Amino acid sequence: MEYYSLTLCEALRLLESGETTSVALTQSVLSRIESVEGTVKAYLNIDEDRAIQQAERADDLRRQEKGGPLCGIPLAVKDVLCTTDFPTTCGSRILEHFTPPYNATVIDKLQKAGAVIIGKLSMDEFAMGSTNENCAFTIPENPWREGYVAGGSSGGSAAAVAADECFAALGSDTGGSVRQPASLCGVVGMKPTYGRVSRYGLVAFASSLDQVGPLTKDVRDCALMMNVISGYDELDSTSINTSVPDYTLALEKGLQGMRIGIPKEYFGDGLHSEVEAVIRKGIAMLEEMGAEVKEVTLPHTEYCVAAYYLIAPAEASSNLARYDGVRYSVRDTDAESLLDMYKQSRSQGFGDEVKRRILIGTYALSAGYYDAYYKKASQVRTLIKQDFEKVFQECDLIVSPVTPGPAWPLGEKSDDPLAMYLSDILTLSANLAGIPGLSVPCGFTSSGLPVGMQMQAAHFNEEVLLKAAYNLEQQVGIVNQKPVIGDAK
Amino acid sequence: MKITREEVQKVANLARLQLSENEIERMTEQLDTILSYVEKLDKVDTEGVPVTTHTQQVVNAFREDVVKPSLDRDAVLSNAPEDNGESFTVPRIIS
Repeated sequence: MEYYSLTLCEALRLLESGETTSVALTQSVLSRIESVEGTVKAYLNIDEDRAIQQAERADDLRRQEKGGPLCGIPLAVKDVLCTTDFPTTCGSRILEHFTPPYNATVIDKLQKAGAVIIGKLSMDEFAMGSTNENCAFTIPENPWREGYVAGGSSGGSAAAVAADECFAALGSDTGGSVRQPASLCGVVGMKPTYGRVSRYGLVAFASSLDQVGPLTKDVRDCALMMNVISGYDELDSTSINTSVPDYTLALEKGLQGMRIGIPKEYFGDGLHSEVEAVIRKGIAMLEEMGAEVKEVTLPHTEYCVAAYYLIAPAEASSNLARYDGVRYSVRDTDAESLLDMYKQSRSQGFGDEVKRRILIGTYALSAGYYDAYYKKASQVRTLIKQDFEKVFQECDLIVSPVTPGPAWPLGEKSDDPLAMYLSDILTLSANLAGIPGLSVPCGFTSSGLPVGMQMQAAHFNEEVLLKAAYNLEQQVGIVNQKPVIGDAK
Repeated sequence: MKITREEVQKVANLARLQLSENEIERMTEQLDTILSYVEKLDKVDTEGVPVTTHTQQVVNAFREDVVKPSLDRDAVLSNAPEDNGESFTVPRIIS
């Protein structure tokens, strides 16, 4: 057994017992990257020398018994999180040469916990996309099948974890960007409650929807990562000041009496039959373990794509106004006037999908259209949120697929923006409602593509998600199934 | 048509984007498809429904009005495409 294939918690145990060192773990992960990265293409930036230095320091700290909860563990983060040690490109030409002058709060927390940050992971430009094909640099492939999408927008994070190129990763989720790639790549991914994790230093896409979340090899690792990144931050005035439990303590409690709702709208037309079969089997397992399962309704589900694709672009059009070629970002130096400089810098720096969303958002907010589009969508958002509140009066957990189908070939939907948006239908509402959601591997299609189960709970009920996911994971028993990548052993 | 070429051009100008003829053509078509799709929201009765702009009941986050260290100027200027050592520089605005 190579070190890189261990889970984060297994690797920690070897460090704690003195059977291995952080340097050995880091070297193992770096050699794994060396052998599979040519196929997976998950990383935008790797700093091997710095990683080894950090690992040596972690080994010193551990010897002095000063190590934090992740001391010596090699991790990687989505390139949407500000890091002083690495450029932070957001997958965009416009930030190609940007190295932030400060760290995101979650990066400081990982470093304080002793993690070794080995690199930055690929993503759709400014986290806008469902396949990672909108990255201006390298586009990851699904470790389970070459030529297939890893999902998006945290595609690099999911692919790297699935391919054992790091022990865990951070992503960000604005409409499913952690859960969807986690499902397509067969790893665990959590979108915490809005306000659970600081957004300080998370480059903003849609501020009322964005949340940072972990992607991990199993549910226990997810709980441990949540322990490290959660909590109030005075630098993010939308983070919520409530205590953070030890999430790992929730795992081994049983499911006896847990009330699970199955939203009938999530099992409608367009759901892939094999995905449905895998999820139904998973639901039966939850029931066998003592959960009470019943059908529920989220009647405004059919409007969530329309509401989301007005609200998110509206917020994005405002947030992305800051890329003007003045303080950072690429500048067109040929422009003679300030206005031309703005326009040309932005037009050269942004890719198609980002321009499209800026245009939709600007239009939806513009005079004469505000009420019909942005305001209407924000009212429908209230109704979507109320749907969940009603269901959570009688259920502890909502269970469904994460995506209507398994991973698809690269290029298949990239010319049809609306088709791409519609593939997000099952994950968007958690962001609109601010509730936590998680994807846990539940099985495979007959051709061997992973299928994740989505679990959603009421605000700040991450423990319910982790408990249910852990129990399901034990029952499904596929944590040790790994993809065979390229020519790698 | 939900949106015309001219409207796309106007919105692009508001958003400080300069689109090529090809881009205007393509964006008009794609925005039209998307705006036709979102029209389904009209079917929802939202009479008297309040808007949700944030999902948590957070009001204003105040702090004590005390001076704290801020970022070092050189660090802030280090990513500037053009600067004069003290401030960001831009093309001449007043001729």
